Amino acid sequence: MAIFPPQNRLWWKEPLSGIEITWIGVAFVWGLVMFGTMVGWHFVGKQNLSNETYRINPNAFGEKVEAMVERYQVREEGDTGIPVVHPAPGTDIYMLGRLWEWYPVLELEKDQKYRLHLSSMDWQHGFSLQPQNINLQVHPGYEMVLTITPDKSGEYAVVCNEFCGIGHHTMVGKIHVIDNK
Amino acid sequence: MAVDTQAPSRGFIGASYRTCPETGLKVCSQAEALIKVNAVVAVVFLAVGGFFGLMVALTRWPAVHLLPADWFYLLLTAHGADVLLFWVIFFEVAVLYFASAIILNCRLAAPKFAWLAFVLMVVGAVLANVAVLQGESSVMFTSYVPMQAAPHFYLGLIVFAVGTLIAVFCFFGTLVIAKEEGSYEGSVPLVTFGAITAAIIAVFTIASGAIILIPTFLWSIGYISHIDPLMYKVIWWGMGHASQQINVSAQVAIWYAVAAMLLGAKPLSEKVSRMAFLMYILFLQLASAHHLLVEPGVSSEWKIFNTSYALYLAVLGSMIHGMSIPGAMEAAQRRNGFNNGIFEWLRKAPWSNPAFSGTMLSIVIFGFLGGISGVVMGTEQLNLIMHNTLYVPGHFHATVVGGTTLAFMAVSYLLVPLIFRKEIMFKKIAQWQPYVFGAGVAGISLFMMGAGTLGVARRHWDMGFSDAAMSFDYPATAFLMMGLNGIAALCAALGGLMYVLVIVCSVFFGKARTPESIAAFPTLPKTGGAATVTTYGSEAHPKLPGTVVLVSVFFVAFVLYYYVNWKYLSEVWPLS
Repeated sequence: MAIFPPQNRLWWKEPLSGIEITWIGVAFVWGLVMFGTMVGWHFVGKQNLSNETYRINPNAFGEKVEAMVERYQVREEGDTGIPVVHPAPGTDIYMLGRLWEWYPVLELEKDQKYRLHLSSMDWQHGFSLQPQNINLQVHPGYEMVLTITPDKSGEYAVVCNEFCGIGHHTMVGKIHVIDNK
Repeated sequence: MAVDTQAPSRGFIGASYRTCPETGLKVCSQAEALIKVNAVVAVVFLAVGGFFGLMVALTRWPAVHLLPADWFYLLLTAHGADVLLFWVIFFEVAVLYFASAIILNCRLAAPKFAWLAFVLMVVGAVLANVAVLQGESSVMFTSYVPMQAAPHFYLGLIVFAVGTLIAVFCFFGTLVIAKEEGSYEGSVPLVTFGAITAAIIAVFTIASGAIILIPTFLWSIGYISHIDPLMYKVIWWGMGHASQQINVSAQVAIWYAVAAMLLGAKPLSEKVSRMAFLMYILFLQLASAHHLLVEPGVSSEWKIFNTSYALYLAVLGSMIHGMSIPGAMEAAQRRNGFNNGIFEWLRKAPWSNPAFSGTMLSIVIFGFLGGISGVVMGTEQLNLIMHNTLYVPGHFHATVVGGTTLAFMAVSYLLVPLIFRKEIMFKKIAQWQPYVFGAGVAGISLFMMGAGTLGVARRHWDMGFSDAAMSFDYPATAFLMMGLNGIAALCAALGGLMYVLVIVCSVFFGKARTPESIAAFPTLPKTGGAATVTTYGSEAHPKLPGTVVLVSVFFVAFVLYYYVNWKYLSEVWPLS
């Protein structure tokens, strides 16, 4: 009984039963396999996060975003007044989160690489690309850089999935992926 | 403090005891009173927090959408604090006192400090609730900076943590007294060993909480200008996730205890079960990383090592318990005469006893839904397609509600007759309670995980994005999932209500246990309890075909589900 002291005081010398040894072996090997899968995906998989991050002042990040908007703006998104930018493929692109919007709207070309920079101007936000379901955490003061290759064209939403106050549910951004001309 | 070591059987002067008529154990009256008050307050927080949870689920049911946004976030914050923290920790303090003073047959150390601990915990918990209900602290249970709550929100949590720490040290003190006074022979029982695991992890947890919450409190009153949001998360989750490992340890200890008390189950091997607990102490704390897998500023190496608990060694611990507890039950049942076929031992188990059915459902929901989803979600790359979606609450409702809460409910049906010495009232309701609650919780978990797989965000008032400048339509299946989640939440709430009704009525209005009623309806059946005490020892190499089948099913489900998610991942945009 597990609620009484072991009657055999030398309980650590008792032999193990076959089923226990087998199960421990199976579970241990499975743990190694799962560990190996994570490591291995860095070599064979296409979906790995970069480790590239910089500390940045939110205002400095905001200036970089504005510079991109000025250079690459092509139109406004519907009647929202939010600029749509079409940066050159292979370049650095920026998206910032703030209460309560993702700024600006990006228009990307299919199968092109972009270096996406993410940061927040105020609180933490969650970059949740739908319906892809790619989810990244966005911190104020940290600039996360990752290389993305949109491989399907279409209209994607960026939902905020880190609670950021009363207007959290209105924080939706957009990324358009268009076919190459 | 002078301890009369010459006459340990008389115990400390001033400590009074009764002898339990059912187990023959000596029961310290101070320990008994403290178990009672902590358990009662725990149930109050479960009732309040559970009600808040139902409000949240009804708001997320798109067709109902009950609360306005400000109330939704307010009650979601209160729900997290009340059930994830206050309900489980109050109950765990009761479990710690039970696993030390009662099981080790000795007096509780420093009962005045234990009462102080209780008072501090109540004050802290009430203060945090007041702060949240005032409406200035709707920051979610995690209170990520730079979002700021009212100072007394952090202060309440700190006071609660100080109280908990004092209670944990009363537990350690009791262990020392038991050893000094020789109240038990040899090593501590396995259940106490599990409780020690929980207490050690609790100390680590509270230390992490103090390191981060005290500066955050000072920041909220203006004494510190800046708290780094990433550092906050690393340390906060040292508390937030490690505190869930207190739950796991306590709940596994309860699984062993119920199996022992009802079936006379002995661990297949003391050595293996204790090693598994030791692995929790050594590796579970690394789990802070589970919350930082898609964060900037943390390297892949750090993530892989920590998120896997080194080499999945804490998962190994849980998988060992997941085999050894059903194995111990099967061995005991076969010894009790249910030896036909593969599953007679399971079929003829006491399924109408809520302590047993609750424990079994807790094991199944924790293992199959909570355990597997936790490992999958805690995989570095797979977290990309799950982080902050409803998959996360889907997972932890399976572990904390289906696993821990259901285990605590199950053991309550033993604590009421043994510690409160009251008959369980409404026996039929009690008999159905774990099934109703278990079905509801399993539904909540599965439907939230389903919605999360479809991308639905957690902690989000409106999946229809009303008033948003730009919109997005989740697939219709996701809306269906949230409707089903609402129905499952109603079922779980009914199960919770049944539990509160049975336990509160039994404790306050139940008939006292008499020698006659104990003889007629023993809490511990003769096959368990005293009958097997004399033949304690590791189980002698039995054949356990039923357990082999059960763990094989589990293993196949685990492997398949794990790789299905890698397939999902491989279909999203390449990232590097």
